[in-house]
Amino acid sequence: MPSRVGIVTFPGSLDDRDAARAVRLAGGEPVPLWHADADLHGVEAVILPGGFSYGDYLRCGAIARFAPVMEPIIAEARAGMPVLGICNGFQVLCEAHLLPGALIRNDRRRFVCRDQLLRVDNTGTAWTGGYPAGARIRIPIKNNEGGYVADRATLDRLEATGRVVLRYLDGNPNGSYRDIAGICNEAGNVVGLMPHPEHAVDPLTGPTADGLTFFTSVLTGLVHA
Amino acid sequence: MIDTVELAGKTPDEPQPYAELGLEEAEYARIRQLLGRRPTSSELAVYGVMWSEHCSYKSSKVHLRRFAETAAETGMGAGRLLAGIGANAGVVDLGGGWAVTFKIESHNHPSYVEPHQGAATGVGGIVRDILAMGARPVAVLDSLRFGPADAPDTARVLPGVVSGIGGYGNCLGLPTIGGEVVFDPTYAGNPLVNALCVGVLRTDQLRAAHASGQGNKVILFGARTGRDGIGGASVLASATFGDGTDGTAASARRPNVQVGDPFAEKVLIECCLELYARDLVAGISDLGAAGLACATSELASAGDGGMWVDLDRVPLREPSMSPEEVLASESQERMCAVVAPEHLADFLAVCARWDVLATVIGEVTDTGRLRIGWHGELVADVPPRTVAHDGPVYDRPAARPADLDALRADDPARLARPSTGEELRTTLLRMVGSPNLCARDWVTDQYDRYVLGNTVLAQPADAGVVRIDETGADGGGLGVALATDGNGRYTRLDPYAGAQLALAEAYRNVAATGATPLAVTDCLNFGSPEDTEVMWQFTEAVRGLADGCAALGTPVTGGNVSFYNQTGATPINPTPVVGVLGVIDDVRRRTPSGFSRRADEIWLLGETGEDFGGSEWAWAEHGHLGGVPPAVDFDRERALARVLADGSRDGVLAAAHDLSDGGLAQALVECCLHGDRDGVGALVEPPEDADPFCWLFSESTGRALVAVPAAGSSALAGLCARHGLPAARVGTVDPEGAALAVDGLFTVGIAELRAAHEATLPALFD
Repeated sequence: MPSRVGIVTFPGSLDDRDAARAVRLAGGEPVPLWHADADLHGVEAVILPGGFSYGDYLRCGAIARFAPVMEPIIAEARAGMPVLGICNGFQVLCEAHLLPGALIRNDRRRFVCRDQLLRVDNTGTAWTGGYPAGARIRIPIKNNEGGYVADRATLDRLEATGRVVLRYLDGNPNGSYRDIAGICNEAGNVVGLMPHPEHAVDPLTGPTADGLTFFTSVLTGLVHA
Repeated sequence: MIDTVELAGKTPDEPQPYAELGLEEAEYARIRQLLGRRPTSSELAVYGVMWSEHCSYKSSKVHLRRFAETAAETGMGAGRLLAGIGANAGVVDLGGGWAVTFKIESHNHPSYVEPHQGAATGVGGIVRDILAMGARPVAVLDSLRFGPADAPDTARVLPGVVSGIGGYGNCLGLPTIGGEVVFDPTYAGNPLVNALCVGVLRTDQLRAAHASGQGNKVILFGARTGRDGIGGASVLASATFGDGTDGTAASARRPNVQVGDPFAEKVLIECCLELYARDLVAGISDLGAAGLACATSELASAGDGGMWVDLDRVPLREPSMSPEEVLASESQERMCAVVAPEHLADFLAVCARWDVLATVIGEVTDTGRLRIGWHGELVADVPPRTVAHDGPVYDRPAARPADLDALRADDPARLARPSTGEELRTTLLRMVGSPNLCARDWVTDQYDRYVLGNTVLAQPADAGVVRIDETGADGGGLGVALATDGNGRYTRLDPYAGAQLALAEAYRNVAATGATPLAVTDCLNFGSPEDTEVMWQFTEAVRGLADGCAALGTPVTGGNVSFYNQTGATPINPTPVVGVLGVIDDVRRRTPSGFSRRADEIWLLGETGEDFGGSEWAWAEHGHLGGVPPAVDFDRERALARVLADGSRDGVLAAAHDLSDGGLAQALVECCLHGDRDGVGALVEPPEDADPFCWLFSESTGRALVAVPAAGSSALAGLCARHGLPAARVGTVDPEGAALAVDGLFTVGIAELRAAHEATLPALFD
């Protein structure tokens, strides 16, 4: 039985199909979750995909955080269920206070889409366990509000506890503090990142297949759990 | 006071502001004749906008008929073409139950007045056209033209247009996979923003814009209706307007530009696709130019009866709107559906699930009339065909431009040419950094090219390629390739040839990916049709394009005409932009444009002649536009396309890149820079009998640069011989080297090339 991974569709979600494809290619069973449905349908992990939930006209992720589906997700995330927030999903996780800090408008004040070199700084999370320590990966980034910010104490704490999961190499695309591209919660089951691993699961349609390990990592963990 | 049908009958001599609505006196008289009375103010608003140049094609219709004839001649009329000219967009059957629909459309005037919203709503509009065919939109391309790159107004227009396209397309979740960015002084007051959208559908899902079945409900769904965009089609897009510096003209019309909400469009797309999947829609139309006036009259005239519409039911943003404004509003993100009563509850439930506002505003009748009510009164009662189809048709006078002979006689042979290795080297470095040839990353990095996960090739590839069916082995399967091209300078020198050159280039670009070109969409951007010289350019371009499409077997399936692209009396260079769609059986076999890090042989396919008329070299180095553009040989283009497709099928080609603006030099640089992330070197050798300058910079057509593994070179030579295509080995990829070397003449480092190629746009627009 493949593990069931839920993928939330908010109105305005864009990369939900891509995330489902990535789960399928990794050997899991993607399960669509609807924003207005507060039932997780027995999934063992959840992905909040990229996009512009509810149009993101207020502040990215600010409304999605209150969607009915988020209530069980927040509860399960606190209880240890693997949750991955990609781009808009990362913004939602920050708004929901599952992760610290916030994402603000890119310093260059433009949308940026490019193939980004990254270093995996924490391979102990539910989503990065399959990477070798310090792995350098290249996956797409595409955002307008991708600048990661937090107060200095928070940043120091993230660094000190190894919770910076990914860092931008070869040029910071959006002004993120300390080149942070992704972080996790204390337990390592909740990960948020601005780059898009689901767009790098097959060299046919992405720059590399470097992103697939996010999805195989969580599935490996679920099988062993 | 409401102007009703009854009142119109009683007050036949009431003066009416037809001229302000863009109608000629004779057109107004014709409306009175059709109705047997004066029109009501609502009817006048409907006719005014629907008989505008933008909606009625009144100046182009007589010429565009040639395209329909071509479709029949190419044998595509019956089988593979499921919908053609006249539908919202052409639909091509790809076999296996798959079909694609694609169309290019202009949003030039709004993008000059308000670059961000003008371009954004241009994308939104073409996406709804595709959606209305029953298809899921899967990709967009944007063909953009601006004034001089360093002009102050370009710094206003270009960033706004790019952010508008990106902001809208990225939020919609559609990858941008290609297009063009061109600079020329003739576009200074008239930027061209042409957006192409392609959608995918199962052949049995094709939808039509007709209102049939008496008693069926007419439903308006999507955004509320507001005052934005009123008169956009009739005034803004159908007349010459000033440069705005006098404080009138453009600035006074600013409120006419619509405002887009991509989130609303995204949910509208998903909502429509669910409605189609559940078969709840009998007929559908998007609301674009001319809004409800257009949607209701087109649905009714394509149906088998009439239609009753109650305007009081239209959800408004602004309750004080008049019926004329409600009818003419171009508020975005709206669709109009015809739904059988038994499906009404399900239809409304699907809309509610997506939080899409849906309102029954009328129903299909058997009256044969489009009747519109407001506050209990009848404000319009017209035969719908007279609005949507029986508008005026003009065969406008055309005259060859007086300056054309002098322009064509001004041969670029008189221009100073580089000859030494060092001169050629510095020419190449200046050329690859010139505005029309430099890297487009500053623009294209603002577009999401990955969303939906089916993008196999995107800019800077020759053509964008998207996967349609991923059920094949290893995620391979059916895909389509798309490219847009146009060359205003060529078309200025010879509109017949210019249109054909645009077609040939787009065709070649599609073929370079390994896809087989199938069909064409066109966006014809010209000055005022009331200018006889512009009209001559237009008729010649249409004739050239139709003849070219017949020769290539790729029919025009639809498109758009944009007239009145001129500032004062000065028109833009005539610019037919041609989009070509191709099919590839398995996207895994697509040919990339860049060299691999491997010692492949480099071959030049086709023949190089002395072709500098209208060339990028003459323009970039001398500011010269004159002479005669390159000749097009469609047999040669077909042979080249066959070699490129067969080479892809047989796995012979490691890379292929079409030759066009900037010639071989530009293609070589791009193959080196795009090949590997860090760039790949190459060593090439001009033929002994060739003039190196001509070999490097001529823009002869029917050529491509390809790379083949050494073991495949005899297979390539065989393919070329079979198709009668001249081909010559010109060098090798240098996987270790970090330079492009032209034997005996010059060497330029990859890093230096990259710096020269990539610095230009950031320096201008950052």
